[in-house]
Amino acid sequence: MKPITRIHSRTAVLADENIDTDRIIPARFLTTTTREGLGKLCFNDWRYQADGSDNPAFPLNQPQAQGCSIVVAGRNFGCGSSREHAPWALLDYGVQAVLCSEIADIFRGNALKNGLLAIVIDELEHRWLLKHPGIELVIDVREQFIALPDGGRIPFRLEPFARHCLLNGVDQLGYLLQHSDAITEYEQAQEAA
Amino acid sequence: MSGKTLFEKVWDAHVVVAETTDTPAVLYADLHLVHEVTSPQAFSELRERGLQLRRPDRMLATLDHSTPTLPTNADGSRPYANAEAQAQVTQLETNCREFGVELHGWDSADRGIVHVIGPELGATQPGMTIVCGDSHTSTHGAFGALAFGIGTTEVGHVMATQCLLQRKPKTMAIHVDGHLPAGISAKDLILHIIGAIGVDGGTGYVLEYRGAAVEALSMDERMTVCNMSIEAGARAGLIAPDDTTFAWLKGRPRTPQGAAWDVAVATWRALRSDDGAAYDREVRIDASAVKPTVTYGTHPGMAIAMDAPVPAATNAQEHRALDYMQSKPGQPMQGTPVDVVFVGSCTNSRLSDLREAANVLRGRRVADGVRMLVVPGSEAVRRDAEREGLHQVFTAAGAEWRVPGCSMCIAMNGDLAQPGQLVVSTSNRNFEGRQGKGARTVLASPATAAASALAGRIADPRDYAVRDNRRQEQAA
Repeated sequence: MKPITRIHSRTAVLADENIDTDRIIPARFLTTTTREGLGKLCFNDWRYQADGSDNPAFPLNQPQAQGCSIVVAGRNFGCGSSREHAPWALLDYGVQAVLCSEIADIFRGNALKNGLLAIVIDELEHRWLLKHPGIELVIDVREQFIALPDGGRIPFRLEPFARHCLLNGVDQLGYLLQHSDAITEYEQAQEAA
Repeated sequence: MSGKTLFEKVWDAHVVVAETTDTPAVLYADLHLVHEVTSPQAFSELRERGLQLRRPDRMLATLDHSTPTLPTNADGSRPYANAEAQAQVTQLETNCREFGVELHGWDSADRGIVHVIGPELGATQPGMTIVCGDSHTSTHGAFGALAFGIGTTEVGHVMATQCLLQRKPKTMAIHVDGHLPAGISAKDLILHIIGAIGVDGGTGYVLEYRGAAVEALSMDERMTVCNMSIEAGARAGLIAPDDTTFAWLKGRPRTPQGAAWDVAVATWRALRSDDGAAYDREVRIDASAVKPTVTYGTHPGMAIAMDAPVPAATNAQEHRALDYMQSKPGQPMQGTPVDVVFVGSCTNSRLSDLREAANVLRGRRVADGVRMLVVPGSEAVRRDAEREGLHQVFTAAGAEWRVPGCSMCIAMNGDLAQPGQLVVSTSNRNFEGRQGKGARTVLASPATAAASALAGRIADPRDYAVRDNRRQEQAA
């Protein structure tokens, strides 16, 4: 994974609360055996009309949302299934960060492992961002704040190991494999017991 | 020193490397369940990196999500929804063969939904850590196991190291006091609980269900409850193992046998929260207040008693949900016309669930215009149900009796509802489009699903039980 230190983009807003993983990528698309190419299916049933054309009512289809890689989403984004296809689809669609006052546990873990910044912010600031789409933000992963155009800052806290992995492009499996001896010792102790 | 919770006991026993400020714990996984949807990319990753499975003996695979529930075609082929679904199944068959994983595939007498067969085989045991690339892995918590869903990257981690990087979650006790009224099921209870704590009430927590009403539940019912922990946002939900648990597990193929069984039970008996153990949060639920409960919106937290008025929307998401569902504020869900009824899924596809539905249907006919699908959770459930003649009750009533699989719960195998159709479903998710694009899902118990199929409208199963009693009295 390549290191991620900062993201600079305008925001797009998906204000609905509880946007579940079935809305992010409907289950009927999960028959794939690869990670690639899911961006065109992201938010499929919300984003397209029955004839396959773009749904103008979908917030990310609107002209001012084009090119935005930071999404401010309603509370409890990513609830539902454990499908990692959800962050894969979002990243492939061009979303690099999701800001929210609460993010579902499994989705958040999956997102961070793939370099999608799933960031929890305070409710007050979340509410303000929801009301002000199109704000130019800089997310600083190292210093853990979001810079606003007026010089204001929104602090956030990433799980320290996830942050370390993002900043340094650390491969978590590689890290786990370094503990092979400890795992062997654990297994031997269990079998002896 | 204060005592430990059940969760802490299981967690502590599986820490390989302790958590620090900078690094999560390395947590050992005793059992890794695998299915076709969330594993192919992890197997590919292993191949690309030249890695082997660390403990294939701790893996168990099955085919359930993309599999057709219709019988084989005349030429022996299977009626897959599309070529991709078939390729995904073939991929898991190949992966299991090449990597040496036990697969309960098409030719296995034990194939079924991953969360149904794990317990059936006795692979699920108290005190274990169990993971699977599936959020309903929480089901196995019914046995006092710490069981949770993981993403595909983590599936790869477990394949290569048998471990996961995890931060210790918070704990929440859900005390269910009193007793469930007659005719009220575990599904009603868990929908009631999620309605009470909210769709995100459990985020960041592991739940422990406890109290007299929980102790009184059968294993099937406990699985129904733990299964839906994730619908409140909790990755895992546990119930302390007891004599009910041990009696259910005894003699199953993968459990310890003979003297080893007694040793295991003695160890398992210690798996309960100590008196004075502290939880981060505690919630009390009165079991006697639970009624037949259904959902009225587009997430499982939007659940109410079927005779209670649908609450008015308080925000944009709720407005959207009520519009999508065509639910009317101020009116009860009971009486809403029904198009499709689905009995199945890892929530409610076990033998007792099928009996519950069959007891309502017996001697009656599904209403005209209603399509009803009954999909057993496993080949074992199918065999047992057919031995009891339940399949005949279903088909005589006009329902379809299918081959085991996830089916219309996730609607990726071709079993789905049409846009606008209302489905009363014993599954776990009522998200927009979950059971087919534009389909409207109302979550309910097997008894409520059966009663609704008969009435053609959302109906209270207790009304049929009353009629049955009257019929029996008149006959006597």
